[in-house]
Amino acid sequence: MNYKIVAYIEAIALIAIIAGFAFYALYFTGQSVRLSGAGATFPAPLIQKWTEEFYDLTGVRIDYEGIGSGGGIKQHTEKTVDFGASDPPMKDEEFAAAPGTLHIPITIGGVAVVYNIPGIPKGLHFTGEVIADIFRRDITEWNDQSLVDLNPETALPDEEIVVCHRSDSSGTTKVFTSFLSEENTAWATDFGASKVINWPEETLGGKGNPGVATLVQQNQYSIGYVELSYAVANNIPCGKVQNADGKFIEPTMETLADAAAAVSLVLPPGDQSWSSVGSFFNLHEVDEPGNGYPITAFSYILAYKELNVIPGMTQEKAKALTWFLWWEVHDGQFYAPALEYVPLPQEVVTHNEATLRMMTFDGQQINDWT
Amino acid sequence: MENRTKFPHFLSSLRSKFRIFSKKRLSGDLSFKIFAALIACNVFAVLGLMLYKIIQESWLSVRMYGLGFLWGTTWQPVPPNPSMLPSFGALPPIWGTLVTSAIALLLGVPISIGIGLALSEFAPKRFGFIVSFLVELLAAIPSVIYGLWGIFVLIPFLQHNVYPSLQATLGFLPIFQGTIRGPSVLTGGIVLAIMILPTVSAITRDVFAAVPRSQREAVIALGATRWETSKVVMSYGRSGVIGAIILGLGRAVGETMAITMVVGNSFNMFDSLFDPGYTLASIIANEFTEASSPPVYISALMEVGLVLFVLALVINTLARLIIWRTSKMKVRAEVV
Repeated sequence: MNYKIVAYIEAIALIAIIAGFAFYALYFTGQSVRLSGAGATFPAPLIQKWTEEFYDLTGVRIDYEGIGSGGGIKQHTEKTVDFGASDPPMKDEEFAAAPGTLHIPITIGGVAVVYNIPGIPKGLHFTGEVIADIFRRDITEWNDQSLVDLNPETALPDEEIVVCHRSDSSGTTKVFTSFLSEENTAWATDFGASKVINWPEETLGGKGNPGVATLVQQNQYSIGYVELSYAVANNIPCGKVQNADGKFIEPTMETLADAAAAVSLVLPPGDQSWSSVGSFFNLHEVDEPGNGYPITAFSYILAYKELNVIPGMTQEKAKALTWFLWWEVHDGQFYAPALEYVPLPQEVVTHNEATLRMMTFDGQQINDWT
Repeated sequence: MENRTKFPHFLSSLRSKFRIFSKKRLSGDLSFKIFAALIACNVFAVLGLMLYKIIQESWLSVRMYGLGFLWGTTWQPVPPNPSMLPSFGALPPIWGTLVTSAIALLLGVPISIGIGLALSEFAPKRFGFIVSFLVELLAAIPSVIYGLWGIFVLIPFLQHNVYPSLQATLGFLPIFQGTIRGPSVLTGGIVLAIMILPTVSAITRDVFAAVPRSQREAVIALGATRWETSKVVMSYGRSGVIGAIILGLGRAVGETMAITMVVGNSFNMFDSLFDPGYTLASIIANEFTEASSPPVYISALMEVGLVLFVLALVINTLARLIIWRTSKMKVRAEVV
């Protein structure tokens, strides 16, 4: 009796295993082309959406893993993925280690300075200099003279400023502190630009963008910095930050795109090192910053110019990859606003077209772009 | 019945193979003994490998910073100037870990012992059943839920209702001075206190319930009140209670997710409990995922793990010593 039951269970298990293998084999060999990418977490939801839409459109399956920008650059350099993704462009030494890398900006991120002062709506004026002084606790009261001078028409309270920052290692912190280092020499010498900062005592650290957003919302008279989409989603007041033109700019999708358009004139060719673009758009180096928001940066896809350097690359896969990259900087951009990403301005799309036309497989141009 | 003996035929074949090289039949008892001993030895292997790996990975940082790692107060993995060395000083999080755990014990242990006593001595059966069920439910809640609850419920409540009056009444003590912050060392300690409740109270309840009936009857026969009986029960189960407290302390020291969400994450040699702080486990949780360069950074985080490991070891050893001493004292007392 018992023996019989065991035999049945064994038979069922065997069938299940065989069926699993068969399904696996069918599923994967049935796919004509399969590509893989890895890197930055910031654009991951957008890239995820693109891969789904692109699969529906073409049947090409693309796996993207959000493992962080550092991991993206590493895997791209080691050629273990078909494309990498990174928020900051590669540094010169990283670029030298992965010759033939193309930088393809795919979306734009911005860091919003958010605050919580009862009775004061969004739009307080800040300069980079003053923000840095607040975050290094040189300015500790909201009615400090330098803040009053910037906001003569607002009655700033006589309250201590509660400084909130990211406690985890973060690209947002890197973009923000790169901007502060550029604008304030005291910040640059004491704290510098990095993903983790030795923050002054008595400041509050929150994990992730949601953590900082919550800290700011729960503590009155606080200030913090978050990725723009979190400020919008949580409806936290954002400050206007002075750009290189002297204008006070509110962070919005439009002003972030304006910054990208302004900087597009000085972008290096796609196959050169992009380290000059830096961790954020330095609008001081641009002739007409216009309405560009000053704490703005690209997020990049990294791909090789000559695709045969990647093990296992075929003509067919190369064609699918370049097709995907072309599609995402064009039609793919329409999906960006719904996910609260900033679409690329036309100037950057044109720049990317030139970059993508450089891509080859075994020395041959892959697609005949029209 | 016949089939059942047929089924584990591979066992019998194994046994016959053994007979080839050992004349004596491997008795069931002996093989079970060896098997159990091997499983027990796994503990040595796991602990040893863990310690080996942690020391190996943290060696770079141990060599570079030496003992300064333990009392330095600056944590700057990426210095502002490339010519500067990164600095790692773990004193603020060590201080934070010790203080938050102490608060957790101070608040959590009396309540837990109270729960244990109530359940074993006073509560009616039905009520006791419900309460112990709820307490055990507390243990099953994931720590991230405690963290979320801490942020969205506990912090606003404490910050606006409790802390101001606490400062008004006990503000003469330095530990209750300064600006009141929601995410702070005190909030972290309170969340930890709630988290160690189920562990400590469940064990104390079992310890008290295990006190022999004869002990209670003897004391009651001498005319003791219920409170006096409880005192006897408590002293009888002292070593068990200390064991329970140590287990709770272990949880408090190593707790990561919940405390990261409420402690304020600030490298701060705080003197007021309203200040934000940091704990050892929180740094690892916050910084490990993206700690790629400089190479000594990841090594320093490993050393934080090593400090945590040693801290746990010291606490456990101390606990063993205390239990050992108290039980010895009791034996002596009984002899006298």
